[in-house]
Amino acid sequence: MSTPQPAVAQLDSAHNGADRLTRLGTWLACCLTITLLLTCGSLIVGTSSIETSLGWLLSPDAQSAVVLWEIRLPRTVGAWFAGALLGLSGAIAQGVFRNPLAEPYLLGTASGAALGVTLSLLAASASVGALAWAEKLGVTGAACLGACAAIALTVGLSRGVLQTASLLLSGIVVAFLLSAVTSLLLLTKPDIWREMQTFLLGSTAFVSWSSVTLLAIVFCVCAVPALLLARGLDALTLGEDTAQSLGLSLPMLRLTLLGVVSLGTATAVGQVGIVGFVGLVAPHLVRETLSVNHRQLLIGAALCGGALLQAADLLCRWIIRPAELPVGAVTACVGGVYLTVLLWRRSRDG
Amino acid sequence: MNRRRARAAFGLAVALSAAAPAWAGSVMRDDLQREVRLPANPQRIISMVPSLTEIVCALGACDRLVATDRYSNWPAQAKALPKAGGFEDAEVERLISLRPDLILLSRSQRITERLGEFGVVSFALQTESYADIGHAVQAIGQILGVADRASRLNEAIEQAVREIGAKALAQRHGDGPSVYVEVDPTPYAAGPSSFIGELLARLGARNIVTSELGPFPKLNPEYVVQRNPEVIFISPAEATQLAQRPGWEQIRAVKEHRLCSFPPDVRDTIVRPGPRVAQGMRAMADCLARVAP
Repeated sequence: MSTPQPAVAQLDSAHNGADRLTRLGTWLACCLTITLLLTCGSLIVGTSSIETSLGWLLSPDAQSAVVLWEIRLPRTVGAWFAGALLGLSGAIAQGVFRNPLAEPYLLGTASGAALGVTLSLLAASASVGALAWAEKLGVTGAACLGACAAIALTVGLSRGVLQTASLLLSGIVVAFLLSAVTSLLLLTKPDIWREMQTFLLGSTAFVSWSSVTLLAIVFCVCAVPALLLARGLDALTLGEDTAQSLGLSLPMLRLTLLGVVSLGTATAVGQVGIVGFVGLVAPHLVRETLSVNHRQLLIGAALCGGALLQAADLLCRWIIRPAELPVGAVTACVGGVYLTVLLWRRSRDG
Repeated sequence: MNRRRARAAFGLAVALSAAAPAWAGSVMRDDLQREVRLPANPQRIISMVPSLTEIVCALGACDRLVATDRYSNWPAQAKALPKAGGFEDAEVERLISLRPDLILLSRSQRITERLGEFGVVSFALQTESYADIGHAVQAIGQILGVADRASRLNEAIEQAVREIGAKALAQRHGDGPSVYVEVDPTPYAAGPSSFIGELLARLGARNIVTSELGPFPKLNPEYVVQRNPEVIFISPAEATQLAQRPGWEQIRAVKEHRLCSFPPDVRDTIVRPGPRVAQGMRAMADCLARVAP
């Protein structure tokens, strides 16, 4: 009587596994199809009418070819890579901190990038000798450098990456401190407020093929170690002590993964400004629709984040064309509504 | 059409202000629609807007100023005065401690109520368009008791602006150049309804931004590429980097290097709706004459 039960359980488990894989496959196919559709859509959405853009695609002249292939296409591909980096970084941050509300900017990257950009804009307008380097660096380089400096400060303050609570607290302190310095600097030069605001709300307006190349390289550099260490994140969900008892080198794992988060976030912020909510929402979107391990979650969050930012880019240039909205404002609206619905559903289901 | 309307509005503002009775020491309505009881012949004035500071000084009353905002940098006498904060961060404590008879403010500065609580008289003026200059000059002239001088200043401004516009139009054959004015590189543009847009229209230039987009729209960069402007007004720092923006090397103004950039002191005369408007307009006219096709 007792022998058939394990066989049934095994069959059930195999069936469930196959079912999960089919579901994952369908989900990935859907996500890739959406990305492809958004990429095609981005070629026909701009300041001209859709009919005109379709005409350009069929018979482009010199000017329309520039608009299609030098402005619209790199913009949407760049938005995908930046979103994918934020989605991947968000999923890693939530795994490392074992907190569903963790996001890529948790280590002070956004505030550091904002301070870097403020310094670069001040240098450009004031031509202060001591700040001449910042002017040469440009907004993108300054943002990236500022973000890296903020992470170094956070890690230095918490004396390493081992203590989660200490690291989070340091991140918050650094974020507040750098934001305060940025605000003080902005008060002295209100002319740069508008440009600064655009950076703070994110913008994909000037993403070029060279930006896309950089984002793509950094995405590959981040994705490979993240996927290799995904099993470590699975072990970490059982608790730090258990993970260590399984033979995991916790300091190495955290250091590498937080390095990936820092590199990914700093690059994305440098290219498209501070785009909120993508890094937070993308992993949740995957978990809500699929039951996944961390390797699948990281792939899903990257695909989802990419598609999210692509969609936001499309919306921001379409809603009030030929003017455009800041892309971060669109992601914040969509992300905010999604999180509200999620919270409401969870509280309803108890 | 717009040029004629702007000129009519300026003329009307001047005429209405000149026809009003002498207000010094009486009640006067400011641009916040408040009935303000003004001191007779104020001698301790603080101006918290650079264009209003310039108007006070152009009316020969620079010595009545006891402080200004931190951005008032012209003339030299005003630049040397104590500074009492900026647009969003006016230092109320300093303003009160200077015991002013009157504080001149912009309509959108939010300290009028707080100043009123301390019994400090403030007068708010709107200085955003060309027509606002005439109105502000006349109002300040009335407050200072130099209404005649204000009328003469307004006439001189209007005449200089008219002459520069007429000269620019006379030198041009055919349509004026299409222009794109970049306020900042994100990119925000100055539309036809902005102050710079008004001056450019008087010079016969055609703004690539349409008026329904508002005074300072944030544009999709491909809009500029498609409109292919012949001249671009831009900051000196950005002028060198224009060709690096995706697709912008195809724009005629960039390809043929038809760019207008101004040093900060000249830029102030272009962006401030104040008594030096003709100087700013002349700088733009000279650049257009030099670089426009």
